[in-house]
Amino acid sequence: MKVVVDQDKCIGSGQCVLVAPEVFDQRDDDAIVVLLQEHPAAAHEDGVRQAARLCPALAIELDEQ
Amino acid sequence: MSRAADSPFDPPPDLRDVEPVGRVRIWSGETPWLVTSYDAQRDVLADQRFSADTQRTGFPHQSASTAERRRDFRPFIVMDDPEHARLRKMLTRNFMIKRIDALRPRVQQIVDELIDALLAGPKPADLVRAFALPVPSLVICELLGVPYADHDFFQACSRRLISRDTPVDEALAASNELRSYLRDLVLDKQRSPTDDMLGRLVADQLAAGAVTVDEVVSMGVLMLIAGHETTANMIGLGTLALLHHPDQLAELRDTRDPALVANAVEELLRYLTIVHSGRRRVATEDVEVDGRLVRAGEGIILANDAGNRDAEAFPEPDRLDIHRQARHHIAFGYGVHQCLGQPLARMELQIVYGTLYRRIPTLRSAVPLAEIEFKHDMIVYGVHALPVTW
Ligand code: SF4
Repeated sequence: MKVVVDQDKCIGSGQCVLVAPEVFDQRDDDAIVVLLQEHPAAAHEDGVRQAARLCPALAIELDEQ
Repeated sequence: MSRAADSPFDPPPDLRDVEPVGRVRIWSGETPWLVTSYDAQRDVLADQRFSADTQRTGFPHQSASTAERRRDFRPFIVMDDPEHARLRKMLTRNFMIKRIDALRPRVQQIVDELIDALLAGPKPADLVRAFALPVPSLVICELLGVPYADHDFFQACSRRLISRDTPVDEALAASNELRSYLRDLVLDKQRSPTDDMLGRLVADQLAAGAVTVDEVVSMGVLMLIAGHETTANMIGLGTLALLHHPDQLAELRDTRDPALVANAVEELLRYLTIVHSGRRRVATEDVEVDGRLVRAGEGIILANDAGNRDAEAFPEPDRLDIHRQARHHIAFGYGVHQCLGQPLARMELQIVYGTLYRRIPTLRSAVPLAEIEFKHDMIVYGVHALPVTW
């Protein structure tokens, strides 16, 4: 799985950090998403899928290949 | 539409019989669209062709007084991007998950002290007045930098503002009083800087000319109201709902697992959906929603309470089940306008639900359900008072 985040779309809601803290973080100065793992470990894939579904700004895209 | 007296935790019965996307007649005689299905609501909320700008023609206002009030008081939640994003961005860092987590010990202390006082006081007691309202009010006051000593004043203003039935002139007066109160605070903070949310807005953004005093005042009013009304109602109504689901309450009371408490918070947010009068938008272009053509200039109301009871998204939706996967609920809305304060609300509710019932295991309602007064006419649903004993 490959994760792509769009920092321009992100509104800093932190939903992704809540469900997949190993993969997503927030920038200190403005809470915008930071991707920690572009290819998350299998154990984190479900959390990442949930994050993509929860993101209110549609800023997380997944390539499941 | 009001919830039924005999099932106060469920969405209005009339909402059950309407089409997923249909028309509804509102107080003004207009007939905006009403969306009840979960998926279609998420689509609309994430689609910026639907505007949140209350000044656009066709916007389906809640009532005559909200329509009137929005003419001059425009917090960023009723703006579209890029204005909305510009103002919202100034606040997001305050609601970062890390920062909110750092506040947990202080919120726990506030909750514990209020429970101590409740236990030391007379019974029965009104849980709303003694606990549900003070918890989030104290927290938002500290965060914003507003003196809690003024809570009687701002809670009264807020009550008048969020009641749909407040006469127009009274709502305007409440809005003006609250704004002039916040304006004085902002001017104070300009003279003597403080390290709190309003203080930082003044020191960083206002000083740099990135915002006007009016904009800071509007943000302050919004955060003060949103910061205490919503969470307070989730505490009061959530407790009542749990008292009427004793098996769920027992599990929550006996667990030591923070993940189960967090899950229960999501489920109660879904089940109760206290922002119950719908999120509202107006189309700026012709857009198809679930097969129906919504034309430019037509209003659209998203019944979040019905969406959160949509069986497609939540199997057996009318069952309160604290183990359910409910995190994708739309109680906080969805899209770029999704509630800014949700990390704070979640954290407060997790601490409250994880503490109150454990510390007062015999907590029970002191009156039958029929005697409880519900906030049918308020933009935020809840109970006016909750007499409890233990
Ligand atoms: S969930 Fe989306 S909007 Fe929220 S912080 Fe993550 S990427 Fe940004």
